[in-house]
Amino acid sequence: MSWFKRPENEIEANAEKRVRTEGLWQKCDGCGQFVFKPDLEANLQVCPKCNHHHRLTARRRIDSLLDPDYELVDLELKSTDPLNFVDIRPYKERLEKARKQTGLNDAALNAVGTLGRHHVVLSVMEFAFIGGSMGCVVGETIARAIDRSLASARPLIIVAASGGARMMEGVASLMQLAKISAGLATLDDRGLPYIAVLTHPTTGGVTASFGMLGDLNIAEPGALIGFAGPRVIEQTIRQKLPEGFQRSEFLLEHGMLDAVVPRAELKSYLDRALDFMQPPSQ
Amino acid sequence: MTDQAAANLEDGHAGAEPVTAAWIKTELARHPQRPYPMELIQRIFTDFSEIHGDRAFGDDPAMACGMARFHGEEVMAIGNLKGHSTKEKVRRNFGMPNPEGYRKALRAMKIAEKFHRPIFTFIDLTGANPGLAAEERGQAEAIARNLREMARLRVPTIATITGEGGSGGALALAVADRVLMMENAVYSVIAPEACGSIMWRDAGKRARAAEALKITSEDVSQMGCVDDVVPEPLGGAHVDAQGAVALLDAKLQWHLSELRAMPLEEMIARRMSKFRNIAQFYTG
Repeated sequence: MSWFKRPENEIEANAEKRVRTEGLWQKCDGCGQFVFKPDLEANLQVCPKCNHHHRLTARRRIDSLLDPDYELVDLELKSTDPLNFVDIRPYKERLEKARKQTGLNDAALNAVGTLGRHHVVLSVMEFAFIGGSMGCVVGETIARAIDRSLASARPLIIVAASGGARMMEGVASLMQLAKISAGLATLDDRGLPYIAVLTHPTTGGVTASFGMLGDLNIAEPGALIGFAGPRVIEQTIRQKLPEGFQRSEFLLEHGMLDAVVPRAELKSYLDRALDFMQPPSQ
Repeated sequence: MTDQAAANLEDGHAGAEPVTAAWIKTELARHPQRPYPMELIQRIFTDFSEIHGDRAFGDDPAMACGMARFHGEEVMAIGNLKGHSTKEKVRRNFGMPNPEGYRKALRAMKIAEKFHRPIFTFIDLTGANPGLAAEERGQAEAIARNLREMARLRVPTIATITGEGGSGGALALAVADRVLMMENAVYSVIAPEACGSIMWRDAGKRARAAEALKITSEDVSQMGCVDDVVPEPLGGAHVDAQGAVALLDAKLQWHLSELRAMPLEEMIARRMSKFRNIAQFYTG
């Protein structure tokens, strides 16, 4: 704290400087360098300098994978707050805030459209909506994506980004794991393709259900993927976790993933995989 | 219970975190004298012959599976193991199974399916083991696979939450035709302590968290997340294990006979539709 108050005009001058550059540069979470925002945007939020994959919104993700004529579906679902849950703030308030911030009703977004040579059903999670947590709406949205896949015999792709089940809906959110997994059993019985794409971060009940149930489970580079969060594990075993623990590359090494695919190549990888999964023509 | 909670509130808890009815239930569910899954299995079934190993990595001491007879009928009985003494608890990893435990359970269920035997599971665990090695061996994958495979088993399945039903680790044994919950059991997406430390940034808020999470058998069944609640003798299963066993046994017999009376395809279709329509707390 200084003894003398700074003249206000000095602060004014700084603020002006800030305004001019604000919003044009972003510090990369990976390398810490400043990246020109339009460059980052053009590169699907992947740092051109260090290849760090920043988060992509659900909408941008869909844009990056499907042809522009896709259709968003199942948008109307809204949580009824079954527990009337209140912690420091009421859950209803959290929902309202998240809706305003993301423009979505909850943390999952379904689309039907064309990916390369294939008609697909795509479900994408939005991490910005209460940590992508899975409550009744996310569960039902994904279950409806499965229903669409079953009804239209189209492949299903789910892009996960989630902290796990949504605590504020209690055991009802736990049931969503069963709901989705049972649906995936039917999809599997029908011989329809399902590919799980895991992005940073995917943990808890989402990993422990549809995250690991794809015919192929693939992930973006450097994504945190696991059952228990790293902090919980550190508290349990009372030691620091090794570098790179629970990252995509670690999971690949331990046989839990089929591939780690950079974002720029994700679409072509999925397209190629769906070629393989198509029923052979007679 | 509510009376007891009120009494606790009055004496000696002024200023401390209030004790809630749901927290008292949680403590009952965790009561050290409460019959654990293996004790229930041994009292309800006869001729239990254990099946070991997941054929991939090891044999999880926190999970037991075995061929057994239920009133003379051949069945598969599965339960997690906790242990009463400190030494036993450590050996059983405090009842928290590793991936190989879930894989062993699934292997046992597949054997039961092959030979058309009903499956009973008994669950009393805080959660799946959150450890470094468990992650390396794919805890998430093991649980996920169990969820999917249990959903389509072609034999009757009855799961009972006997104490703590701890999140995904419990659900991995509870995607069943009938899911029962003992009266003083709790079923939750997260342990109250963990919920307290995340939402209130204070694990001491566990009593409040337990209440907010609605984890008692009454609440969970009201939300339609379990099919039936098994009454316990006055005071709870820990004061009268034999009485608790008799009540549970009667329920298990009744549910099995109901499932037996159904054509197989109908039973599976009902199971699928139950989980497809479970917990629909949304509008639109």
